Amino acid sequence: MFRAPMSEDQDELLRLYGQMQRIRRVEEECARAYAQGKIGGFLHLYIGQESVGVGAIAALRPDDYVIGTYRDHGLAMAKGMPARAVLAELFGKATGCSQGLGGSMHLFDAEHHMLGGYGIVGGHIPLAAGVAYASKYQGNGRVTLCFFGEGSVTIGSFHEALSLAALWKLPIVFICENNEYSMGTPLARSLSLEDVSQKALGYAMARDRFFARDVLEVKARIGEAVTRAREESEPTLVEVRTYRFRGHSMSDPGKYRTPEEIEAQKKLDPLQKARDALVAVLGEEKLAALDAEIEAETADAVKHAEEAPEPSPDILEPTTYVGEFAR
Amino acid sequence: MPQMNMVQAINDALRLEMKRDDRVVVLGEDVGKVGGVFRVTAGLYDEFGEDRVIDTPLSEGGIIGTAIGMALYGLLPIPEIQFGDFIFPAYDQIVSELAKFRYRSGGEYPSKLVIRTPVGGGIRGGHYHSQSPESQFIHVAGLKVVCPTNPYDAKGLLLASIRDPDPVLFFEPKRIYRAAKGEVPEGDYTVPLSKAAVVRPGKHLTVVTWGAMLYEALDAANQAAQKGIEAEVIDLRTLWPLDIDTIVESVKKTGRVVVVHEAPKTCGLGSEVVALINEKCFLHLEAPPARVCGFDTPFPYTLEMEYLPLAHRILPQLVTTAQF
Repeated sequence: MFRAPMSEDQDELLRLYGQMQRIRRVEEECARAYAQGKIGGFLHLYIGQESVGVGAIAALRPDDYVIGTYRDHGLAMAKGMPARAVLAELFGKATGCSQGLGGSMHLFDAEHHMLGGYGIVGGHIPLAAGVAYASKYQGNGRVTLCFFGEGSVTIGSFHEALSLAALWKLPIVFICENNEYSMGTPLARSLSLEDVSQKALGYAMARDRFFARDVLEVKARIGEAVTRAREESEPTLVEVRTYRFRGHSMSDPGKYRTPEEIEAQKKLDPLQKARDALVAVLGEEKLAALDAEIEAETADAVKHAEEAPEPSPDILEPTTYVGEFAR
Repeated sequence: MPQMNMVQAINDALRLEMKRDDRVVVLGEDVGKVGGVFRVTAGLYDEFGEDRVIDTPLSEGGIIGTAIGMALYGLLPIPEIQFGDFIFPAYDQIVSELAKFRYRSGGEYPSKLVIRTPVGGGIRGGHYHSQSPESQFIHVAGLKVVCPTNPYDAKGLLLASIRDPDPVLFFEPKRIYRAAKGEVPEGDYTVPLSKAAVVRPGKHLTVVTWGAMLYEALDAANQAAQKGIEAEVIDLRTLWPLDIDTIVESVKKTGRVVVVHEAPKTCGLGSEVVALINEKCFLHLEAPPARVCGFDTPFPYTLEMEYLPLAHRILPQLVTTAQF
């Protein structure tokens, strides 16, 4: 059940609603731009899952690390990346966070400790363990949040990373965003054991499992794992059940799900639930004003991305090797 | 000046850099308490402790993946892959992540590490312990590949590799780990990357080679000299980015070239060397460029000495090319 916000939670819920709404609106504009051919390649939208990234990242300190998959727009924005930098990167423009060289799956931001999206499923999970090792070695008290989908947990790199993180007692939280479909294949047909969190048992690792319907609950539950990481230097595997409203990517019509199933899930939309709860306390007018503010920010970011210049081909070689190119 | 073999020289370089730079950590299977299967990291665990000389489980993808992560915020990892043949479980991490990190982060993350691994045949290892996979990494833009042939270069090139801003694969020819001996200065020095060495001067033809086959090429060149053929032998030292200027300068002088390498002939680095020579000094050529290489087969166990391009296979090609 969704909790009505307690008075002390109101400000935080309003802040997190704002983040979720910003991500939702930016991604809706991404979908539009993709359909217009302004964004190329593949585009994996976070729509429906925003409460996971926003709630989890709200439990962090600003200097903690976040690393994720190709479904990375929401994570990057929740970690502090401006919408302009996100959209310009997706449009392949020089003002994008990675100078327009990467695109959708490559949202890096060294200033905000956003360590990127990754396109090889599961490939980034060992990297996250390495980042956590560096934190422990340097004694800087930072925690790493590593996001991935349930489609990653059948891949070797997931297990290698959990094995090493548990062995070395690393300050990391592995967050499995279980959106029930690994591309088009439902959970029951890809996992012999649907409870992903039980993978932790084989590595003597702490675990947790819950639904992401309330962004404040996500923050609280991930917060427990973050505290375990920061104070005890122990990793946790957290399975967060969620649902994506769009296809796996824009090129996926999603016909493996019935319209009824999707409509039923949309009724549980954590973003709408947060808005409804806030309206009940603060009134529609205040929320409408916030939405209008977000609308203006989104429009500004789209305009910026459309008008920004493309990167020059001169940038290719210096970002491949330092110094003069080999030949 | 102390005499060292390759193992001792590499160990000396690791110790020196770990003392100088506390960002440097070593990780891999058996590298700590055991000191490495070839003893290259011997003594480092006792000197620097388990946080800097990290014994890992069998987990090549995990070793390279975590090393890339360590490098993102402040460490300088030197992972060891126990045999070059075991690097393929980590191939995805090297190709998809390590090589492309600087590019796809718009230059924000250089992802600097040095992967050390023993390569090549000559120890009756069979195909899981003998291959020379350099061209499979050279083909991936973003990686540098180094392969020393003697203890002096091994120490100096490793120190240069660690201090170079790009990710480096440091391939150690295991056949000459202990056989190649020589004087190695104490203390700090580097051998620059992307600079080949003219190991034997000559005027009739050029031999381009690297790794353990350098000694076979030199043997063949000395035998050719008895027939009046003076071969100039070039040790590439850095396989990529390679020192094409030194090769071209030599080929312009001799007009003839033979490339010798252990790896299979097809799409081996020799193919690229010959292509570059054709592009840059075709009109100076007096004979078709030739290659003496491993076969396009799995690396054999019993027939190892037939597979390797040893002196007895190189010599006839030197004569043929010189007399063309």
